[in-house]
Amino acid sequence: MARSVTTQQKAINTALAWAVGLLIFFPILWTILTSFKTEGQAISDPPVFLFFDWTLENYRVVQERSNYTNFLWNSIFISVGSTLLGLLVAIPAAWSMAFTPSKRTKDILMWMLSTKMLPAVGVLYPIYIGAAKMGLLDSRTALVIVIMLINLPIIIWMLYTYFREIPGEILEAARMDGASLKEEIVYILTPMAVPGIASTLLLNIILAWNEAFWTINLTVTKAAPLTAFIASYSSPEGLFYAKLSAASTMAIAPILIMGWFSQKQLVRGLTFGAVK
Amino acid sequence: MATQHSRSAARIMMAPAVTLLLGWMLVPLIATLYLSFRDYRPMRGGDLGFAGLENYTRFIGSSSFWPSILTTLIIVGGVLAITIVFGVLLALLLDRPMWGQGVVRILVIAPFFVMPTVSALVWKNMFMDPTNGLLAHLWRFFGADPVVWMSEQSLLSIIIIVSWQWLPFATLILLTAIQSLDGEQLEASEMDGAPTLARFWYIILPHLSRAITIVLLIQTIFLLSIFAEIFVTTGGAFGTKTLTYLIFQRISESQAVGLGSAGGVYAIILANIVAIFLMRIVGKNLD
Repeated sequence: MARSVTTQQKAINTALAWAVGLLIFFPILWTILTSFKTEGQAISDPPVFLFFDWTLENYRVVQERSNYTNFLWNSIFISVGSTLLGLLVAIPAAWSMAFTPSKRTKDILMWMLSTKMLPAVGVLYPIYIGAAKMGLLDSRTALVIVIMLINLPIIIWMLYTYFREIPGEILEAARMDGASLKEEIVYILTPMAVPGIASTLLLNIILAWNEAFWTINLTVTKAAPLTAFIASYSSPEGLFYAKLSAASTMAIAPILIMGWFSQKQLVRGLTFGAVK
Repeated sequence: MATQHSRSAARIMMAPAVTLLLGWMLVPLIATLYLSFRDYRPMRGGDLGFAGLENYTRFIGSSSFWPSILTTLIIVGGVLAITIVFGVLLALLLDRPMWGQGVVRILVIAPFFVMPTVSALVWKNMFMDPTNGLLAHLWRFFGADPVVWMSEQSLLSIIIIVSWQWLPFATLILLTAIQSLDGEQLEASEMDGAPTLARFWYIILPHLSRAITIVLLIQTIFLLSIFAEIFVTTGGAFGTKTLTYLIFQRISESQAVGLGSAGGVYAIILANIVAIFLMRIVGKNLD
């Protein structure tokens, strides 16, 4: 949109947008800052912003007391594992629906989306008992499977909308030139599909990382990821703001960074391609 | 292009996904339906036999049912109103020319990536705590009595926390929609001297209506089942028991699985009513 604006207008927009942006971001910034304070400074009145004795003590305590790396590893294992497993199942399905659509393709896609609407609490007990019967309670395997299944519709939909944009004419041209099926896949389709697959991967790792219903309800300690680890801070003991902040910062930092990279895909992924 | 051969190949490629989702949908659903007709209490002897529709009538008849529906509606409605109104305003602001647009965008969407347990606990302790919270400091600075957020303004607290999490989502989608607006049309209206408000009302808002509907429906699906935000803050106390949380308590805390399952069936029906509308809109986009 080429709209001419005066420098003055632009300055006002900038000031206003930055003010609002910083206000929205402030709770995160405050958490990060507090994680470097001592417990005393964390609750000081008036609050201190930047001029305090920066310390890494809280990070050390959190790691020592609750073995943070164990939860971190569970989070990574569950989010990456469920996403990769999901892609393995979803890529062939999305591929065939995008390239050899039939009359029923639309119905199948809609039905897949409808499974996403099932409220988790409605099926909590059967899943819980099922996991318990198979000896999978508090296991990473159960969470990988469950989270893969709840995100599978999104993965298929995202991939489908990306694959559908690959022009069919390119394939026909390649066939005319005598490309074999293998060459078609390796040299033409794969390079065009990789960006879509990568965005799908990124967004679904984020969704899986932040999933907090099944991770809380299906784990105790052994397989608990960071969502459940943080929930254990809900019953406070003494001064704990700085430690809570350190734990929170460690739980959100990796995904915040990934999230910023995936912001363009976010809209498309979460609206099932309805807004691009 | 679709030969017999490629059709059967397509079917094989679809099979794993379809089978898995079908199993994921049917098995727990049938189990929940079955349990909802049984008097099932794992801690008191397990399956105590067929209960008919008793679980369904008892779930609705309990004194916490209608309050939980009201709480759900207040939270979902409050968050929707806040995120959509501010989302539109914010999207309009972010669409204007400015310096550092990319950075502001990143700042605005950041809350969406914060896991629910973290945002709820950070808000509850570091902002809404009546003695040490930042808001209490702020209130005292202006000479006011700090608000005891979690017990006296519990619903508002939850609405604020959840809105903070979902505002980025609404903003981002609405911003994407605004950016697809035809600039020429706007310019023409500008030249015709249409006042800003009229331009917003007659051109921008109609253009956004589809995106707003989508935000509304998707958020409703997610908001109907918010759990962690209540679990780590009030634990369902102080009138924050939503339908989802009530079912969770029936099943996990009081171990009345039959009763909770009947509640689960109600929740599934409720979600499906919303889903039908969402699916229609998404489906139109496929043609």
